[in-house]
Formats: sequence, structure tokens, C-alpha cells
Amino acid sequence: MLMSWIWTGMLGLSVIAALILGRGNLLAAAICQGAQAGISLAVSIGGSLCLWSGVGALMEKAGMVDKISRVMHPILHRIFPSTKRNASLSNALSANICANLLGLGNAATPMGIQAATQLSRNCNGTASDELCKLVVLNTASIQLIPATVAAVRVAHGCTTPFDILLPVWITSFCSAGAGLLATGIFRKIWRNP
Amino acid sequence: MTDYLVPLLLLLACVMVLRKKENSHQILLQGAADGLKLLLTLVPTFVLLMTAVTALRASGAVEIIGKSLSPVFRFFGIPPETALLVLIRPFSGSAALAVGAELIAEHGVDSLIGRTVAVMLGSTETTFYTVSVYFGAAGIQKSRYTIPAALIADFTGFFIASLTVRLLM
Repeated sequence: MLMSWIWTGMLGLSVIAALILGRGNLLAAAICQGAQAGISLAVSIGGSLCLWSGVGALMEKAGMVDKISRVMHPILHRIFPSTKRNASLSNALSANICANLLGLGNAATPMGIQAATQLSRNCNGTASDELCKLVVLNTASIQLIPATVAAVRVAHGCTTPFDILLPVWITSFCSAGAGLLATGIFRKIWRNP
Repeated sequence: MTDYLVPLLLLLACVMVLRKKENSHQILLQGAADGLKLLLTLVPTFVLLMTAVTALRASGAVEIIGKSLSPVFRFFGIPPETALLVLIRPFSGSAALAVGAELIAEHGVDSLIGRTVAVMLGSTETTFYTVSVYFGAAGIQKSRYTIPAALIADFTGFFIASLTVRLLM
């Protein structure tokens, strides 16, 4: 349903703006061009998408998630204290974060949901502080290699698509940090109705 | 140094799978085929969203939004041209990709705006979608402060993306 509102909203805004600025002819032409641009976008990132989907399957089979997960545990214990007492929660959580890190969306979501289900026990439909943290961490992308964006850049003639890696890492780190900091502050001041 | 990260990660994954005596080529092929299926489901979405994004730009709506928000954006050092991307990013991943690709095409892939857009896309997530998936699966009705905290994380991402591109690239 959300997408229906977004699409209608975008189109509505366009019509209003065209009426104000008298750009009806441009708008009509744009609608035809835009549809074609959609196909071009899909084609331009298609190869990369297939390749990285293959690499993702390979990284999963290689057991990379488990390997990195082990290093993650001490950090996790600090952010999510209840993982100290619950090994399966700890495993699901670190697998979730590591799969996100490697860009394995298909593997990350089930592990994350498993952790979320464990964290939501005995809470009667109200999110606990740790569950809020888990979701905030998942909404702040922590991805080692932004493959889709790199594909878009190559499609537009970039010869060094991965030169954005350092800014991407710094930005993701700050964004996730700000999210965690915000949950830390909110948990003290948020009034529970 | 980061140039070698992608090739080495690929190689490492292949070697690790071979050491387990598994058919790495078959796994890659199957994964790539799954990627193709995903691409097919994305094509109609891209067509619809690119139509809407192109319409927004041609009608001048993007300029109006950019101009009205530019004082706020300038205060935080975020390029006002990215206004539409910033607004749509938390709601839809494919819409953000469509907006981002359009911005990169218009301003140039290695321009300040082109790079800022790339970093923004690479370092943020579709917040509202993620929240609804997780809380839906865990049976949570009261999300408490999750959405404000996640939006603070998103905004920090947009701010730091603009900052790092300006300072580092």
C-alpha cells in the first residue's frame, strides 16, 4: 500500500508543479522517456546484480558468516547484554550483522527475525530496549561492499566505482553509532504509556 | 589498498568453498540465476519509478522541493540537489535507486553530487520497510522510540556522507 501512496504522490506533485510552471509538454514527454530509463537502469545493473547474487551464495556456502561471527561476539555482548546468557540469541544476532556486512540480504533477514522473535518473548507486543536496538542497527546499513551502487556508477562511465568505499564505511559507522546512541538516550527519556 | 578488496574477497570465497570440496562454479551459477530472477521482479518497479522520477524532474517539482528545503540542507552541508533522494530513501529502496541513478546521470558520476549520492545510497537502508518486516515478524505493535532513533541514524548518514565526500574525495 505504501508504494501506491508514494507513486501517486510523486505523480501528483509533478502535475501540480507542471501546472504552476507551465511545463505540461515537458511532463508528457518525460513520462515516455522515464519508462525507457527504467529498462536502461535495470539492464545497466543487471550483470552486477547477477554476479553479486552468485558471490553471495558462494560466501554463504564458504561459511564466511560463521567465521566473522566469532569475532563479533565480544562486541555484541556490550551492545546486547542479554546475549551473554543466551547462546542461540547471540549466534542469530551475530549472523544477522555479519550477513548484512557481506551484503547477504537473503541470509541476514531470517537470522535477524529469529533474533527479534527471541528478544520479543514475554513482552506483550511492546518492543524491548534491545529489540529497538536490533531494528535500528538493521535500518542503518552496515555493508562492506555496496555492489549495486558500484554497478550504477560503472553504468554512468565511472572507472573507479569502488573509490567511495572509505566514505561509505565512515558514513555507515557514524550512522549506526548515532542510531545506537539515540536508543541509549531515548530509553531513559521515553515515557511508556 | 581498497582496490584489492573486491577481487580478493571473491577469490577467498572461491578458495574456501573449494577447500570444503564443494562445486563452487555450480553455487555461483545457481546464485547468479537467482539474481536474474530478482532482476526480473525489479524491472517493472524500475519502469514505474523512473517514470515518476523523470516526471518529477521535468515538471520542475524537484527544483521546487530543492529550493524550499535548501536553507535546511545548506545549514547541514548537504547538497540541496539530493533533497528528493533524502526524502524518499527511508520509504523505498528501489525508488531511492531510481532517484539516485537519475541524479548521477544528470550531475556526472564523479561530480560532488554524483559521489555524495553514491555514498548516501551505499550507507543507508530502507528504514520503514525494515522496521515493518522485523516488528511484523516479532508480533510487536508498540515500536516505542525505534522510528525516531532510526531516522536519527538516517539523517546522520546523509550528513556524514556529504561531509566525507567533501573532505576525502
